[in-house]
Amino acid sequence: MKRLLLFIPLILFAGMVVLFNWGVDQDPDSRTALEAARLNQPVPAFQLTRLEDQSPVDQTILRGQPMLLNVWATWCPACSVEHPDFMKLAQEHGVFIVGLNYKDDRDAALKWLNDLGDPYSLNLFDPEGRLGFDLGVYGAPETYVIDSTGVIRYRHVGVVDERVWTEVLAPIMRAYGFGGSESTAQENEA
Amino acid sequence: MLMRKGLLAFLFGTLLAATQAWAVIETYEFESEQARAQYNQLTAELRCPKCQNQNIADSNAPIAQDLRREVHRLITQGATNDQVVDYMVERYGEFVIYRPRFDASTFVLWFGPLILGVIGVLVILVMVRASKKHKQEAVLSGDERHKLSQLLNDQENS
Amino acid sequence: MIPELGHLALILALCLAIILAIVPLVGSYIRDGGWMGYARPLAAGQFALTLLSFLCLCWAFVANDFSVAYVANHSNSLLPIYYRISAVWGGHEGSLLLWVLILTGWTFAVAAFSRQLPLDMVARVLSVMGMISIGFMFFVLMTSNPFDRYLPHSPMDGTDLNPLLQDIGLILHPPMLYMGYVGFSVAFAFAIAALMSGRLDAAWARWSRPWTTVAWCFLTMGIALGSWWAYYELGWGGWWFWDPVENASFMPWLAGTALMHSLAVTEKRGIFKSWTVLLAIFVFSLSLLGTFLVRSGVLTSVHAFASDPTRGRFVLALLGVTVGASLLLYAFRAPTVSGRVSYKFWSREVFLLFNNILLLVATVTVLLGTLYPLAMDALDMGKLSIGPPYFNMIFVPLTAILSGLLGVGIFTRWKSTDPKVLLRELWLAAVVSIVLALALPFWFGEFRFQVFLGLLMALWISLATFRDLWNKVQRKAGVAAGVRQLSRSYVGMVLGHLGLAISIVGICLVSNYNVERDMRMAPGDAVTMGNYQFRLKEIRHVEGPNYVSDQGYVEVLDKDGDLVTVLLPEKRNYVVSRSIMTEAGISAGLFRDLYVAMGESLDDGAWAVRVHYKPFVRWIWLGAIFMSVGGVIAVMDRRYRLKVKPAVKARANPQGPAGEPLSAEPTKAG
Repeated sequence: MKRLLLFIPLILFAGMVVLFNWGVDQDPDSRTALEAARLNQPVPAFQLTRLEDQSPVDQTILRGQPMLLNVWATWCPACSVEHPDFMKLAQEHGVFIVGLNYKDDRDAALKWLNDLGDPYSLNLFDPEGRLGFDLGVYGAPETYVIDSTGVIRYRHVGVVDERVWTEVLAPIMRAYGFGGSESTAQENEA
Repeated sequence: MLMRKGLLAFLFGTLLAATQAWAVIETYEFESEQARAQYNQLTAELRCPKCQNQNIADSNAPIAQDLRREVHRLITQGATNDQVVDYMVERYGEFVIYRPRFDASTFVLWFGPLILGVIGVLVILVMVRASKKHKQEAVLSGDERHKLSQLLNDQENS
Repeated sequence: MIPELGHLALILALCLAIILAIVPLVGSYIRDGGWMGYARPLAAGQFALTLLSFLCLCWAFVANDFSVAYVANHSNSLLPIYYRISAVWGGHEGSLLLWVLILTGWTFAVAAFSRQLPLDMVARVLSVMGMISIGFMFFVLMTSNPFDRYLPHSPMDGTDLNPLLQDIGLILHPPMLYMGYVGFSVAFAFAIAALMSGRLDAAWARWSRPWTTVAWCFLTMGIALGSWWAYYELGWGGWWFWDPVENASFMPWLAGTALMHSLAVTEKRGIFKSWTVLLAIFVFSLSLLGTFLVRSGVLTSVHAFASDPTRGRFVLALLGVTVGASLLLYAFRAPTVSGRVSYKFWSREVFLLFNNILLLVATVTVLLGTLYPLAMDALDMGKLSIGPPYFNMIFVPLTAILSGLLGVGIFTRWKSTDPKVLLRELWLAAVVSIVLALALPFWFGEFRFQVFLGLLMALWISLATFRDLWNKVQRKAGVAAGVRQLSRSYVGMVLGHLGLAISIVGICLVSNYNVERDMRMAPGDAVTMGNYQFRLKEIRHVEGPNYVSDQGYVEVLDKDGDLVTVLLPEKRNYVVSRSIMTEAGISAGLFRDLYVAMGESLDDGAWAVRVHYKPFVRWIWLGAIFMSVGGVIAVMDRRYRLKVKPAVKARANPQGPAGEPLSAEPTKAG
């Protein structure tokens, strides 16, 4: 009996090794990524302006169809990396993408969109990062999936590329009604 | 005069803080020492969401500055510690507070050490009782007994 | 050329390690003195070659050979020479080579200072240490080779050492830390050798004890240095954050303290053998665990090395095999029959057991707090953060209980003690401690329960220690004679325990009475904090060897307006790495530190400045110094330096006609 007790340290240690093995296999980026605290909650209330004409908008504008909300800024190098992918998503796949310009300069942002192209159907300007803060944004770029009732369904931290769209974002979008009809997507292009 | 200077400094501080990456020390003003102490305690217990394990008091990341600004704002509005923590957790999850919550999933964490300690004490008591069974009085001669007590005294000195 | 020589030397050292792991061990089983005799020379050779390898790497740094990738990534031609040498262990590959060097160094030390041990024991111990060397040398050569070159296009200059590391802290902290970490491998090797031979007895404990104590001393200093370095380097006056990497060094220290005390019991009374052996394995396992946590990237920390899954898997395999095999050996070979020794509840045996339990609960707490977030994440139960609030909440009561038992434990005798005697010896100390602990906080400022508790702990330990000391020096020939006949072992114990009390005072007072203010200061501004006035006279522009900085000239005046000191905080801009660093201006004192750090420059020449008043912060590290010195003195005790007389030696190591050693029948474990 006593001999069996002596095996306990070994068994406990084996458990720890299993845990560490799991830990080492994790992709380092995914391990430091936070889970979205606002998951399955409606987009928090906000009062912002459009980037182009400074007209006021609030949270009710993020309703009516499944959409992506992309948090970006001109000072964020990864945002220019994912920019072509967003152009493709908007033009070829007909995705309704809302751009949230985060803690940035309005003129610089407009110039950026002018030069590189504007994939966003709607452009929100958040100079103080208030909506970003309420969403739980901690570093650009981040992309949210919002359904037609304005509820946040997913958050992706980091660059969005072809693989991320096909494997992660598209299935969620489709689950919430994306891909109904092509014309609907084009009508909503503001 | 000092208030105005302070306010000016605060405004400039936050403006610069928003654009520069190296500002760690903000010159926030507080109504009372209690408020300042509350601020210091909260910023020590809230974790920077982006950094490599730092609290928001020590980090110079932009997101940490934003969080500090919010904590200051909430404190000047009279929020309690719990309210500030809840506010942050609503937005950033449990990750953002260094004090883990107290529920079923953290039972082992909070009570593990205590349970282990209790088990340890029980083991000691069992061992003491078991050792009593080994009590065998060896028969020693007078000389041997004297030598024995001398040796034991030497050992106690070291 | 030289780097290749270093690389080759390391490979040769590995070959010797392989032979060392096999030949003497086999020799110990087939009782061949010749084979066992190879152990010491192999240990020496292994060390010499590893040292050569390390020196070659040093040369590459000193000579600015930027074709070596590791040098290019961690150094620069503008770097002062003393930092270029310490940069050798500033990154993963080099620090690992240092680890291996220190391991072979300890192996050599065991080979050299073990003349009185039976040869088969020496052979087994050195072989086990050789096995560990194999693991780490393979790790270096296969995944973390510091001698890799950037060829054919070598950079013209290096990317500079991280400015945070350009400090005396880097020169001292890692080597001290590794001496401790790695030093516990000796106790581990002794434990494994004892399990292999079945000779688990008081003699084994007696041999292991000085090695364990020395390693513990180094680790104590290593941790204290790390804490002190973080305090003055990082700019916000913190000295411990319960960061995973810090915890990785603290766990072996806690368990090592338990081991030191447990070995005392096994040496003196021959009991708790099975437990002490497990503890020896546990302590070194924690060292290896620390190496894994710090280099695998499994946990997030500012102090962690750059991580790489391949390295992580290798270290995990190393950890798994080493600890798994030892625990397996333990399960099969540890004695199950307990010693036939009796002791009462009020006895030194029991109180040292309490010490063990408490220190182990502390170790497990740190382990739990460090690994829980990972476990929660693995079980998909969310991302959790565990930090100072948790650890402090558990450690305060734990330390309180430990301190209380320490005071009593000093007075307990082996086997049994009359509780009435304990009461008689200690009641005065108890009363005085409580009274002073209640009164002193008022003198400092305001009364706080935490301060009362901390002071009570420290006073209780100190007064009990002094009472026992007083008892022991009472001699007919006078107190002076009494002092002279105190054994070094006892003096070491006294210093060690006092060191603990001193550290507790420091931690308690600085945590509770620390004052810090952030404010805006322009040249000419002054601010008052407590008894001191801080006046910023001007901002100067300074140029250093590889940086430019803005330096504040801060005068500190006392209540009467006299100049106490001048502080020179800086905001440095390192030109090569283009990073900005804060250098705090600190006035160090035994009873208080004054600390000024500069934030960033605001408008019109003003600066954001943080000012701290930190009472008794130096006592934290002073206590650690007391503990280390105590340990060193204890190791110098007469009984370890007794030269064994030749006749006794012959009886201990009987030799056959050809001079080969005949080892006695292994005594039955128990």
